[in-house]
Amino acid sequence: MFDFSVITQWIDQLLRGVMPDAAALVVECVLIGLALLLGYAVIALALIYVERKVCAWFQCRLGPNRVGPFGLLQSVADMIKMLIKEIIEIKHVDRFLFGLAPYIVIIASVAAFSCLPFAKGLQVLDFNVGIFFLVAVSSIGIVGILLAGWASNNKYSLIGAMRSGAQMISYELSIGLSILTMVVLSGTLQITELVEGQADGWFLFKGHLPALIAFVVYLVAGTAETNRGPFDLPEADSELTAGYHTEYSGMHFGFFYLAEYLNMFIVAGVAATLFLGGWMPLHVPGWEGFNEVMDYIPSLLWFLGKVGVMIFVIMWFKWTFPRLRIDQLLRLEWKYLLPINLLNLLLMVVVVVYKLHF
Amino acid sequence: MLIDKIVAKIPGARAEGNETPTIVVAPGDYRALALFLRDDEETRCDFMVCMTGADRGESLGVVVLLESTTLGHRVYVETTTTDREHPALPTVSDLWETANLNEREVYDYFGIRFSGHPDMRRLFLRNDWVGYPLRKDYDASEAANPVRLESDESPDVTLSCREDGGEETRSLFDDEEYVVNIGPQHPATHGVLRFRVALEGEIVKKVDVHCGYIHRGIEKMCENLSYPQMLPLADRLDYLAAHQHRHALCLCIEEALQLEVPERVKYIRTIMDELNRLSSHLLFWSTLCMDLGALTAFFYGFRDREKVLDIMEETTGGRLIQHYNVIGGVSADIHPNFTRRIKEFIKYLPPMLKEYDQVFTGNVIARQRMEGIGVLSREDAISFGVTGPSGRASGWACDVRKRRPYGVYDKVDFKEIVYTEGDSYRRYLVRVKEIVESLRILEQLVDNIPAGDFAVKTKPVIKLPEGRYFKSVEGSRGEFGVYIESRGEKTPYRLKFRSTSFPLVSVVPHLARGNKIADLIAIGGTLDYIVPDVDR
Repeated sequence: MFDFSVITQWIDQLLRGVMPDAAALVVECVLIGLALLLGYAVIALALIYVERKVCAWFQCRLGPNRVGPFGLLQSVADMIKMLIKEIIEIKHVDRFLFGLAPYIVIIASVAAFSCLPFAKGLQVLDFNVGIFFLVAVSSIGIVGILLAGWASNNKYSLIGAMRSGAQMISYELSIGLSILTMVVLSGTLQITELVEGQADGWFLFKGHLPALIAFVVYLVAGTAETNRGPFDLPEADSELTAGYHTEYSGMHFGFFYLAEYLNMFIVAGVAATLFLGGWMPLHVPGWEGFNEVMDYIPSLLWFLGKVGVMIFVIMWFKWTFPRLRIDQLLRLEWKYLLPINLLNLLLMVVVVVYKLHF
Repeated sequence: MLIDKIVAKIPGARAEGNETPTIVVAPGDYRALALFLRDDEETRCDFMVCMTGADRGESLGVVVLLESTTLGHRVYVETTTTDREHPALPTVSDLWETANLNEREVYDYFGIRFSGHPDMRRLFLRNDWVGYPLRKDYDASEAANPVRLESDESPDVTLSCREDGGEETRSLFDDEEYVVNIGPQHPATHGVLRFRVALEGEIVKKVDVHCGYIHRGIEKMCENLSYPQMLPLADRLDYLAAHQHRHALCLCIEEALQLEVPERVKYIRTIMDELNRLSSHLLFWSTLCMDLGALTAFFYGFRDREKVLDIMEETTGGRLIQHYNVIGGVSADIHPNFTRRIKEFIKYLPPMLKEYDQVFTGNVIARQRMEGIGVLSREDAISFGVTGPSGRASGWACDVRKRRPYGVYDKVDFKEIVYTEGDSYRRYLVRVKEIVESLRILEQLVDNIPAGDFAVKTKPVIKLPEGRYFKSVEGSRGEFGVYIESRGEKTPYRLKFRSTSFPLVSVVPHLARGNKIADLIAIGGTLDYIVPDVDR
């Protein structure tokens, strides 16, 4: 299986050959940052296009089909529009916080994005508490949303932000606990080791019942965490027009928009990493020939394929279900998901202690 | 006989007319008569069908049409005051809830103050409007009311007039209340309607309704138009029940003229009414789903509604507004494809309805969002005058097609869908089931359209005999009535449309109180009001 670290190390040695170590480090950081932002933007644009096409097919429509072949350039055109649009200055807003909010959201999202293992050896951040770091930085986004609602000086925005705060803090618990369940199974917090641990079978199969429960809970909570339907209460266009980003325009709005799609990608990516083996091909113990064939498929494709399936499922939710009400949403978390999760964690501990998993 | 009893009870009362009697009383006896009519065992007029202001030259007054939902009879009550400077009448808004907004409308149009009314503000016109437009001596020149470019501030205080003639100001909202403005530009108000909502967290404390953003003064315009000229205005009230509304106006004029329309016309009109109801209910289903966040369902509904519109377009030339009914018939004969396409549609829709049920009716989230939300009791429904599917969901069998059949509704077999729970879910179910009933009606009629003329010849200038006429039909969202007061001229002396959506909007504050802000949207969605019909 191709290891991307060959390329990264080659670049590293090349740079160190022509400049001092410190300078090489700086150049590498800049390069990584650029690659990260580029990947971030490209994936977001691709997702926006995919979402439009997928929802169009759900709704007996064609979707974008005028700009470029099959409308492929539509989201690029939209991006250009967004970039050159005026950022409208609004009276009576807290100027500093109003401007800061979208950056907090986008920074949290990029930081979480950098933890994802895209392929073998293709990962920006990887250290011994990687998954913990990912959960931590992704929750910073809430601060941005709350600030956006508060600083906008708009009643719709404030209600949207308060809903968002209540929702994300609640569902953060479920996400954390279901990740913890998988950490118990794997015995590590490091993301590469989590993936390596699934070489002989994905955790979803290895951990059988508790892993399955954790997977379902994670999917529900992850959808809620990204503020997508049926949990899109913070925006709830038919109630609050656009919720916390009502007053934003131009690229400030664009940041919220990008972050929303990238958060969906991150949630799907984490689900793929924790439950579906990340970039690890499908291996069945004992089937040597089958395993070898699977290994020929590049690891990047495995990862993106799994993420793609997860994203499709999340979109499927959104375009099928009506929206919940705030009290129903919180009831679902605190009365159902959280107790189930706690019991499931206990169950997983029992499974691991008595070695009942595969 | 009943009249004698009333006259014996209230000595000043005087009765006129025979079919639908009019009882004329002095303002002093007005409340006593209203109370008697509402509570007496033999009258039991618990439903105020419509309230109309009237300018009689030297006096101003109101004409109220009351109906008994149990006994079925109707009676007009008229009271006038000769004081044109400061006209005041006692309120009946505490006896019938629907009188609340109706009296505000009368105040807006005629300047009659209702003593005892808790909230005497203008309803449709701007607060700085000069004069009362439906008075006969109204100055309609632009000098009196130039086009104003500044926005109309909505005051937070309201007036209430005491019985002794004094006034009290009352503030609508407390200082501490978090008031959120929903509308006039808002995706869930279905038009330019505005609510000011006092919130406590997510919970709605008060709702203040603001109407009039698309008030066009249609009733005033009708006073200056001849009868054939005013027909297109009826289509523009509730654009989703355009055909039915125009049907009501034509029926009312034909009844006054004692004009018998051919049987073929009755069939065509009935079929068109049901097609219109189908398109309206399909649109209701779509928009409700969208309000509750199910966007995909919205497209399904619109996909199927399109087919109904195509059928109507082929015959009438119009999709939303058809301009098809004329006095004495319809404007053109049906298209040769008409019956075939209706039959195809009758086959096409039921599998789609099954899909609707799978994607929305049976959905656990949708059920939770609607069940037990915004419960309207039967008494309240009658008191607020909430007719149509919303009234039937509360257990009030108020279908005009059954109670006072018109067209060929007496010849077809269909079920009146009535539930007793009165919550949002039942309001939704009534409409979904009415789609099936409409299909059944179409099925029975479409093959039996008799041959004959599609219209009878009428004179170019139509003069209605002197008198007052009221005719109502079952619109897509309730009883739509036309009240014409004629003095034998070619234009009506006073014309009033009993709006179907007006009571629906007036009931929103009552239903939303204590519910969540998201429920306000669900309640509004299931009541299914259309704003042009409210503002007229």
